[in-house]
Amino acid sequence: MSNEKIMAYRRENGRVGVRNHVVILPVDDISNACCENVAKNIQGTMALPHAYGRLQFGEDLELHFRTMIGTGSNPNVAAVIVIGIEPGWTNKIVEGIRATGKPCEGFWIEQYGDIDTTARASRKAKEFVHWASELQREECDMSELWVSTKCGESDTTTGLGSCPTVGNMYDKLLPKGIYGVFGETSEITGAEHICEKRAANPEAAAKFMKIFQAYQDEVIEPFKTDDLSDSQPTKGNIEGGLTTIEEKAMGNLEKIGRTSTYIDALGPAEAPEKGAGLYFMDTSSAAAECVTLMAAAGYVVHTFPTGQGNIVGNPIVPVIKISANPRTVRTMSEHIDCDVSGILKRTQTISDAGDALIEMIRRTSNGRMTAAEALGHREFVMTKLYRSA
Amino acid sequence: MAEPQFLVHSPKDNVGVVVIENLAKGTDMLGVVTEDDSTLNLKSEADIPIGHKVALVDLKEGDTIIKYGEDIGKMVGPAEKGGHVHTHNMKTKRW
Repeated sequence: MSNEKIMAYRRENGRVGVRNHVVILPVDDISNACCENVAKNIQGTMALPHAYGRLQFGEDLELHFRTMIGTGSNPNVAAVIVIGIEPGWTNKIVEGIRATGKPCEGFWIEQYGDIDTTARASRKAKEFVHWASELQREECDMSELWVSTKCGESDTTTGLGSCPTVGNMYDKLLPKGIYGVFGETSEITGAEHICEKRAANPEAAAKFMKIFQAYQDEVIEPFKTDDLSDSQPTKGNIEGGLTTIEEKAMGNLEKIGRTSTYIDALGPAEAPEKGAGLYFMDTSSAAAECVTLMAAAGYVVHTFPTGQGNIVGNPIVPVIKISANPRTVRTMSEHIDCDVSGILKRTQTISDAGDALIEMIRRTSNGRMTAAEALGHREFVMTKLYRSA
Repeated sequence: MAEPQFLVHSPKDNVGVVVIENLAKGTDMLGVVTEDDSTLNLKSEADIPIGHKVALVDLKEGDTIIKYGEDIGKMVGPAEKGGHVHTHNMKTKRW
């Protein structure tokens, strides 16, 4: 493996970040406009508009808070302005983010209006930008990275090339001490018996199977349609040669390599608490939702194998695209960071491809913008568990 | 080694994956089994798009399709050896 040091941002809580964003975070949908106005006023900030945050309750509301607080707490974020309609939920999120030690300030719109709130929040955002822009990258160990994975617009080449490339990366970097995570509960259907066996301990296996079965019972059984209405597999999957969910699931699991085992199964956006190693997370298989949840759990670099060319990005986490499909790397080259199409020609081994991905992770961590970042992909999509009150 | 026209995950599999563009019917193909690097030869009996599956043996309705050495679904129509296997003749056992 090449250079194992990276130049990154050491945050107040000791975690390592590879980006230095100042985020303007809306608590709820109706505060998006105010956040976007602050981001327009102050260069170097970024608003994260989203669709939810009102009248949610129970587990669904807990997930909302976990995603908001987790996003603000991510080490790729230097400082955060939180804006909500009222002070209660706004302050809850501010306090959650402040636990990391990073600068975070909350504003609420009721009794002030958008214009006054925008003005006050903009002044604070400007302070944060000046402060964050003087932070310096410092030498950190690559083993301190938290690296997530999820594939999209898969085809049969992902199972042959790009997913095993990610698996090879995990087999090499997990023993060095990184954190990893994979998810996509629905896309393990047909390979759940294999996933169960890849747990590092019986507790993690039982937890995974409970999550998998709950998804089958609570979501699939009540709502299922033929091939889930062309959602599993998707139209793109089928164009790429994937015929069934079982075939897709087998390719999906190639992302956890040959020797890696997961030490715990996490709820959506739940931060890992059992130390370095690989985790499973209960997520949707929709790209933006899944990457958003993994970013909220604290992962700072995402590795994304694609066959037919999923173009997803994330506002705070660099999403590295890996493809083995020669047609996709030719027709959509601007979206691909790591071309591993040599695997299909047998001119590149899986191990060589894994090394190429590790090198791209190192360069990305040092500051190289990913294709998705350069193209402005900032998909931030909250997961909703059920209808609001 | 010459570049293969199709790859097979496991020696147990009864389908392979076409890995070149514009494969025409009647092509004498070289296949490689990625698990053990063994090779096999097969003649394509259809124009099969890149990424799509090719039958390694004659398949009939009801047959289980094995890929990665695992059950990935069943045939709902026939495919001859070298023929195209996809949604027109194969389906999930799940939903």
